[in-house]
Amino acid sequence: MKFRGKIIDVACLNHFTRVVTTISKLTKTCVLRLTPDNLFFILSGKVTNGGVSMWCELLQNNFFDEYQMEGVSSEFNQICLEVSPENLSRALRTVQCAKSVKIKLTKKHCACLTVAAELPTLSSASRVVTHDVPVEVIPRRLWQEFKEPVMPDFDVSIYLPPLKMLKNVVDRMKNLSNFLVIEANMNGEMNLKIQTDLVSVSTHFKDLGNPPWGEDASQDGGPSQRGDPELLAEATVDIRKLQQFLVGQQVNPSKAMCNIVHQNVVHLILLHEDVSLQYFIPAVA
Amino acid sequence: MPLSTQSQSEDVQDVLVANLDNARSLSNILKAITCKDHAIFTATANGLKVTVEDCKCMQANAFIQADIFQEFTLKDDIVVFQINLTVLLDCLNIFGGTPAAGVSTALRMCYRGYGYPLTLFLEEGGVVTVCKINTSEPEEPIDFEFSSSNVTNKVILLSESLKEAFSELDLTSEVLEITMSPSQPYFRLSTFGNSGNAHYDYSKDSDMMELFQCNRTQTNRYKMSLLKPSTKALAISCKVSVRTDSRGVLSLQYLVRNDDGQICFVEYFCCPDEEVEEG
Repeated sequence: MKFRGKIIDVACLNHFTRVVTTISKLTKTCVLRLTPDNLFFILSGKVTNGGVSMWCELLQNNFFDEYQMEGVSSEFNQICLEVSPENLSRALRTVQCAKSVKIKLTKKHCACLTVAAELPTLSSASRVVTHDVPVEVIPRRLWQEFKEPVMPDFDVSIYLPPLKMLKNVVDRMKNLSNFLVIEANMNGEMNLKIQTDLVSVSTHFKDLGNPPWGEDASQDGGPSQRGDPELLAEATVDIRKLQQFLVGQQVNPSKAMCNIVHQNVVHLILLHEDVSLQYFIPAVA
Repeated sequence: MPLSTQSQSEDVQDVLVANLDNARSLSNILKAITCKDHAIFTATANGLKVTVEDCKCMQANAFIQADIFQEFTLKDDIVVFQINLTVLLDCLNIFGGTPAAGVSTALRMCYRGYGYPLTLFLEEGGVVTVCKINTSEPEEPIDFEFSSSNVTNKVILLSESLKEAFSELDLTSEVLEITMSPSQPYFRLSTFGNSGNAHYDYSKDSDMMELFQCNRTQTNRYKMSLLKPSTKALAISCKVSVRTDSRGVLSLQYLVRNDDGQICFVEYFCCPDEEVEEG
């Protein structure tokens, strides 16, 4: 197993760091999966993380100037590592002004992702800073837990309102209730609702637009087959999970979408130029 | 604007309807009196009065005159209800506490009467939020029987002079002592905390002193915990009047200008701390 990557472009380094920092706000530990073409940050939905799952996919080519990896075997040319994204984020944040940053899989007292950077100094000599981020290698027999999530058979797919506004509303609603109902229809309408003994609040977004999955959808179960576009699909979620997702977002995505499986799951998709992030929040009973 | 297209039949049933183009005109002033969860709303033809009380010896009132509102319609002579103020503020600020430049949140408040919730319609950038907040039986607000004819001492100061003192108040002091006198030290704020005693003196000739009418020397102590919340009102005000009556009851009146330059008032009443005798 070998991995060695090098980033020399300052914008790429910056962007990569921001992605890792976003991931660190979503979860304390996750799986980093390395393949010849991609890096994935994965959180599989378990009871211990409240059933939330996450899949973040990066095209290695858009970040790394040099990228070499050798997986577990030629047949299974991947590496899966359990890592704390906060540790990786911290290491990366200290080397933002580096001329180049190398990330390697190493073995120190345990397996590590070593972040080594050449930093400029006032004199002509540069200094090398090394961070060893401990990781745990995940054996191949557990890899099936970290497969790419299947696009759920959603009832509604809709573009999200501006994330900043969404975050403001969710932040206030969190002060009032633990649970939030997200409902939306194929007519570009989305409502966020909370209800307690003391107060009920509902926020109505219009003209959001619906992603054109319907046109490409397969014959059975595509959303365009569902009939009345006014029909609302809804899911009740733990408001803190939605807030956690929104707090982490550092960059405005080029596309932000929400798929709802009625009373089952809320599937959030953020697309940037070279990163895609999917986040699944299960509905509460 | 979507808010003004509520059906006519709804309006007929509401005893109070109030519209504001900028919800901050209400939320900012309510923040200045938020020290307890519950507030009493009293609406009359003059406008809205919101009252918060603490320990039966402190009362904060915010006055928002009817002409601040773009519409203020009352079906009864007086409408009174009690509501959770922190919930109300979360609703008024649903689109975020700090709006982007040039963006304001429009507000419409409707109340159908006893037993009904207070309904708020808030709109920003085409997005509408509807809130229904439960109301409850209003408690009778305390009447401090503070009369202008019984005022012993009165000063009016520019708020900026007091802001520094109030922000630095030694909170380890259980009381804030206010001395007002026709002679030195004229107007003094004192604290007695763990690190020692501190005094803030304001001379009657100071530029900051807009009015000075002190008839006899009075020293009164007030519980720090009751007066500290008044710092929020001070922070948004331009002038403050400080008055004490013969019993040592304190009246603080703050002149507040909102975003549109309109004037509102906030008033704090506080009873003196019983343990200390008057000087």
